Amino acid sequence: MMQKGIYTRYIYPFEFFTIPKRVVMVPMIRFIVQKLVFMIVSLYVLVTATFVLMNAVPGSPLQREKATTPQIQANLEAHYGLDKPLIQQYGIYLKNLLKFDLGISMKKRFYSVNKIIADSFGYSLRLGIVSVITSVVAGCVLGIIAALHHRKFLDHLAMVLAVIGLAIPSMVMAPLLQYLLAVKIRLFSVAGLDSPLDYVLPTIALSSVSIAYIARLIRTTMTEVLHADFIRTAKAKGLPGHLIVWRHALRNSMLPVVTYLGYLIAGVITGSVVIEVIFAIPGMGKFFVQSVVDRDYPLIMGITVFYAVLLMVCRFLADIAYALVDPRLRNFKKKVA
Amino acid sequence: MRIEGNTNTVTQANVDLFAPIGRNPSGSERIERKSMSAWQHIRYRLFSNKLAMTGLVIITLIVLMAIFVPLLSPHNHYTNNLENTNQPPSWEHWFGTDDLGRDMFVRTWKGAQVSLFVGVAAALIDLAIGVVYGGIMGYYGGKVDEVMNRIAEILYAIPYLLVVIMLLVVMEPSLTTIIVAMSITGWINMAWIVRGQIMQLKNQEYALAPRSLGASNMRILFRHLIPNAMGPIFVTLTLSVPGAIFTEAFLSFLGLGVQSPVASWGTMLNDGINALTVYPWRELFPALCLGLTMFAFNVFGDGLRDAFDPVMRKS
Repeated sequence: MMQKGIYTRYIYPFEFFTIPKRVVMVPMIRFIVQKLVFMIVSLYVLVTATFVLMNAVPGSPLQREKATTPQIQANLEAHYGLDKPLIQQYGIYLKNLLKFDLGISMKKRFYSVNKIIADSFGYSLRLGIVSVITSVVAGCVLGIIAALHHRKFLDHLAMVLAVIGLAIPSMVMAPLLQYLLAVKIRLFSVAGLDSPLDYVLPTIALSSVSIAYIARLIRTTMTEVLHADFIRTAKAKGLPGHLIVWRHALRNSMLPVVTYLGYLIAGVITGSVVIEVIFAIPGMGKFFVQSVVDRDYPLIMGITVFYAVLLMVCRFLADIAYALVDPRLRNFKKKVA
Repeated sequence: MRIEGNTNTVTQANVDLFAPIGRNPSGSERIERKSMSAWQHIRYRLFSNKLAMTGLVIITLIVLMAIFVPLLSPHNHYTNNLENTNQPPSWEHWFGTDDLGRDMFVRTWKGAQVSLFVGVAAALIDLAIGVVYGGIMGYYGGKVDEVMNRIAEILYAIPYLLVVIMLLVVMEPSLTTIIVAMSITGWINMAWIVRGQIMQLKNQEYALAPRSLGASNMRILFRHLIPNAMGPIFVTLTLSVPGAIFTEAFLSFLGLGVQSPVASWGTMLNDGINALTVYPWRELFPALCLGLTMFAFNVFGDGLRDAFDPVMRKS
């Protein structure tokens, strides 16, 4: 048994798979169920708040500039179920949400919120995935470089870049990049998302903050890990440098990054709202902003709920991923065995 | 001398072997430096951190500019001058003019007022709620902690920006609304920091002493424990200011923040984005100011954290 000390946290993330399943699965399942219950309660709070807010707003989705006769108004209300008491409407709303039916848009007639999301989500998803991958890869590379050249020129350079990246918000970064690289030297197109090259600027703007954050995380843990005993052992065995970094140091420094993943995805999703407006990408963020400008309540609420579900599920998955690689599982093992 | 396994012999041997040498009369062992108090150490570490000091200087400059430029400038942020629209930077208008001929220099610093006010006010509200909530959580522990922590966790799981956007869509947009909306879930981070601190501190002797003298729980918490947790609280406070400034700019960018004619960096960025190819100064100056402010607060906050807690240093 390993002795208790500061180095106990450095294990292979994959050691989990070598621990007898019976021993691990009980606390794991308890943990997952607990997180799941939390997620559902949070979602319920959000959904209820959404409903309350939607009904607190004056006006109804059926109001038009043209006056309608009371009979038509009543028929319309009956058609959309708005004549029922509020509590019953709430029940229907919850039931529709369970069926993933988010209602109809007020301003874009004949468009359901589902349709709008289905049409636009692809762009956001592609940009989001590219950004998340870029953040993790670039962040790790910067962090490794900084850690390997601890307190030397490259380290300082990487960390200055990281501080700048961390401080400059995406909505400042985006126009600056646009102006310098697209307007001044015409390297990229100013807006749109048609060719692969168009992904470059939005991706940089969207992931600069998380690249910086991950670089700092990796640098901190990696400097520590590089002093651990098993690294010395690996060196003593004559393992080449890149293998030491790749097989031993990096895997053990990735733990905080796994925790950060949930927040990274959240940041990318909310950040994409502004980025899509700036780069004129017809993604969900752009429709979200448009709906806010139009005060299109059902669309705002629908996209909000969609975003929220997306974020919470991502965080939930990140929590589970962390639990899988979390060395504290071994404490359970000690307790049980 | 051979030392046997006999304790008596060992003691005897020690007395024989070790003679006191007394103090070195040359004075070379005297401690010349005055010892530094904890606060002096913190100040020393903070002041010797060049990056943090740069941040502090930038913050000071921005605060001064935000106060004095709108007061002293011959222009103001709301008068339209339709003969002078979209002028490039000149001696008359240092940052140029916007599409209504308003002076961008004054508007930028007026925007700094809004940003700084929102940032500081939101951070202070988070501080007030977070310290009370977190203090009670950490001090009472047990069931109270359990329930309050669960509530905080549920609120925390709801995406922050979405809540704020939803509230602002429904409420009348104004500065107060923004600050209120931002405070609804913004305090949780502070509460958790305070909770951790209080849990560490509550079993210290100086917390035990007033209890034995019959002081009330609230008095122990707010008179004895919270003041000792001031370091991390202050660091969290400083680091939450740039977050609040960013959120305000984000919301104003979406048109949910302050309304015209009041200037805000977010609204100016949104105005300027459409004219970026033709009149880049309308975008660049507010962008640079926002970036610089956030940089300064982040760097200063990092420096403060390093100064308060050299062990946690992210060096």
